[in-house]
Amino acid sequence: MEEPLRAGEAPPPRPPPSGIEGVAGIMAGKVKWVTDIEKSVLINNFEKRGWVQVTENEDWNFYWMSVQTIRNVFSVETGYRLSDDQIVNHFPNHYELTRKDLMVKNIKRYRKELEKEGSPLAEKDENGKYLYLDFVPVTYMLPADYNLFVEEFRKSPSSTWIMKPCGKAQGKGIFLINKLSQIKKWSRDSKTSSFVSQSTKEAYVISLYISNPLLIGGRKFDLRLYVLVSTYRPLRCYMYKLGFCRFCTVKYTPSTSELDNMFVHLTNVAIQKHGEDYNHIHGGKWTVSNLRLYLESTRGREVTSKLFDEIHWIIVQSLKAVAPVMNNDKHCFECYGYDIIIDDKLKPWLIEVNASPSLTSSTANDRILKYNLINDTLNIAVPNGEIPDCKWNKSPPKEVLGNYEILYDEELAQGDGADRELRSRPGQSLGPKAGRSRDSGRTVLTTWK
Amino acid sequence: MLQEEPDLSLVIAQIVQKLKGSSLYAQLERQAWTSLQRPEIKLESLKEDIKEFFKISGWEKKLQNAVYSELSVSPLPSHPAAPPEHLKEPLVYMRKAQVLINLRNPNYENGDSLSFRTHLGLIQVPLKVKDIPELVLINLRNPNYENGDSLSFRTHLGLIQVPLKVKDIPELKECFVELGLSTGQLGIDDSTQVPPELFENEHVRIGQKVLAEQDSAAAQQYVRQGSPTALRAELWALILNVSSQPEDILYYEQLKTNVIQHDLLVDSLIYKDVKLTASNDDYYFVFEDYLYQVLLCFSRDTTVLGHFAYNSASPPKSYIRGKLGLEEYAVFYPPNVAPLCFLYHEPSKLYQIFREMYVRFFFRLHSISSHPSAVLADLSTLKVMPLLQIFLFATVT
Repeated sequence: MEEPLRAGEAPPPRPPPSGIEGVAGIMAGKVKWVTDIEKSVLINNFEKRGWVQVTENEDWNFYWMSVQTIRNVFSVETGYRLSDDQIVNHFPNHYELTRKDLMVKNIKRYRKELEKEGSPLAEKDENGKYLYLDFVPVTYMLPADYNLFVEEFRKSPSSTWIMKPCGKAQGKGIFLINKLSQIKKWSRDSKTSSFVSQSTKEAYVISLYISNPLLIGGRKFDLRLYVLVSTYRPLRCYMYKLGFCRFCTVKYTPSTSELDNMFVHLTNVAIQKHGEDYNHIHGGKWTVSNLRLYLESTRGREVTSKLFDEIHWIIVQSLKAVAPVMNNDKHCFECYGYDIIIDDKLKPWLIEVNASPSLTSSTANDRILKYNLINDTLNIAVPNGEIPDCKWNKSPPKEVLGNYEILYDEELAQGDGADRELRSRPGQSLGPKAGRSRDSGRTVLTTWK
Repeated sequence: MLQEEPDLSLVIAQIVQKLKGSSLYAQLERQAWTSLQRPEIKLESLKEDIKEFFKISGWEKKLQNAVYSELSVSPLPSHPAAPPEHLKEPLVYMRKAQVLINLRNPNYENGDSLSFRTHLGLIQVPLKVKDIPELVLINLRNPNYENGDSLSFRTHLGLIQVPLKVKDIPELKECFVELGLSTGQLGIDDSTQVPPELFENEHVRIGQKVLAEQDSAAAQQYVRQGSPTALRAELWALILNVSSQPEDILYYEQLKTNVIQHDLLVDSLIYKDVKLTASNDDYYFVFEDYLYQVLLCFSRDTTVLGHFAYNSASPPKSYIRGKLGLEEYAVFYPPNVAPLCFLYHEPSKLYQIFREMYVRFFFRLHSISSHPSAVLADLSTLKVMPLLQIFLFATVT
């Protein structure tokens, strides 16, 4: 195995129980794991803990599964019942957050609810736009919301829109349009070219394209941030400190003549690695700490801290938006890959959330990062690497968090005095940066009020 | 004292001469002419009025900064009869070594071994780039220096055997007094464990004040205790006296036009260098385009040639195609600029900062000289370093 085991030095295996228990005793104390994703960053982490691999038909304690498998595990027909010592890496209806259309639907609903409650967060400006909750690009479902979309499009006919299939990932099936006729053509083509009936036809979302992204070195990038949720009610989530930026290989141009050049517009590694300028040493990836250094140097500390505070804040809001509808199964935890684009006014936009962020390593650094990500995730989800008991209170001690830091802890927030804490939490939980971002965080606070 | 005075007046004359040719001088002259037309100007109190005007209008600071920046680049005053090559490097054996290391005009590049022609045009040796320090630096010897006890411990300390005057430990202690334990230092005293109220906040506040004052000398003193990330770009610009006037931006645009109009032989070297280094680097790949924007312009900027008056190396000339040998078309090959890209996102500003840094500091890294901040002295100082560390350790414990 070429895995960088040195990166997260393996703890010495626990001493075998002495005497008569023997081999059976040792085996009984070990976590039995299954996975249907054959990635070395996973398997090395399981083996490092001395866990035992079993098949999915045997008794297992820990199953790292794909989203296809989770659907079967929790489907009504199979009726699988997880016992107290079993843990899986997805929530049963994670798609409420991780499907492009459902995420937008839930966020829209969440805004309306806040508005109805008269929450200060739902404040609007004179044009009827949310001051703080406007963090996803305007989005419609197709074909369902076609008329709404046309109405919006006619208001700003020079805008560019991005079409994405709801259920696909890695940039598959995505294209940009800037004319209504292109939608009509797409609709005609998909009707005639496939045999599938109208009802099962693939759903698309169409979103306003962020055509003014922040460029560095003339190129577009997005952020991939990892967020771990251990429970939705109460909400407890963690932010991974080592996110990264993914750069396009080709210089950005807002010109409409390049609308069909995906190397200009899509940052997905799955797309970019086919570009002729793709570099296999760094894979077009830049650490978030580099981004922070660059922004602090060129734009100043206050706006940089404000940007990162806002990013943390919109992630918490997106999780709060789905928390009421999420099946908060106690056997589940989930590590999400958040995609965020920053525009040239340094406003962050939530693009989408992935339930199964890629564990493929495109570079050496990438492998170390993902190995550590899984390592830290397991340390929180499976305390001490011992056989799990899903009834535990799910609040691990600070020492095991590794590169995670608490992003939001609903219980703590409520204990500290309701809503005010909600806003200051992202700023305060930045760990080492907490001291510095607090000052600027406070100025932001007042605007949120 | 007696000796220093003519030196001082020489330096002043030199600087005045240099400033006369600058755009600062033209600006000042223009402003003086317009002010002259005003009725309240009186001949009797002219001198006092001018002094007063300088203070109020900020010209005093501007002139101070200009003089200060000239002082830091101008060569040490030498004997008026000294030939120009002595101005570049007073020691003959150093000059000889520089001839050897003159890796300029590389005719072609073959793997990592460079074929090059020496200054005399006589020999052509394939030389591995990585061998240069060994071949040239280690073999540097002062022919006039005879080390009496050749077997002493000190003679075997380090590879560089040039008897250069370097600072000893008490002198280094004095020179780097800001690194002492009793002085606050950014990067240490702003770490996570230290509350920002103790040092960091105050240091940032002072930094903003220094910037507001636009005082070059103060900025240089200030950064000795570390420069905050958010202020670094402006501080460095102030220290280097780079102000990004409209004419500077225009000059940069002209260089860019030159890049489009003329191809240089060194261009392919630059492309190759950037492709092999920055493009593969996980910090700097993002700035690939900036690097071209700076390096291609830099190789066409003839004003940079001025620094060879005080650099022991001769201009590594390259010529615009078809103009071989014509001095006014001579251009040359520069070092790396990547780390600066983190600080400046406008290419023209990035370019000016880089050029200033090159003609003041960077060139010393690839030329052989007895100058106290050149690479040889650095290496000789490093020999003292282990002793210094032991000393520091001893004071801590």
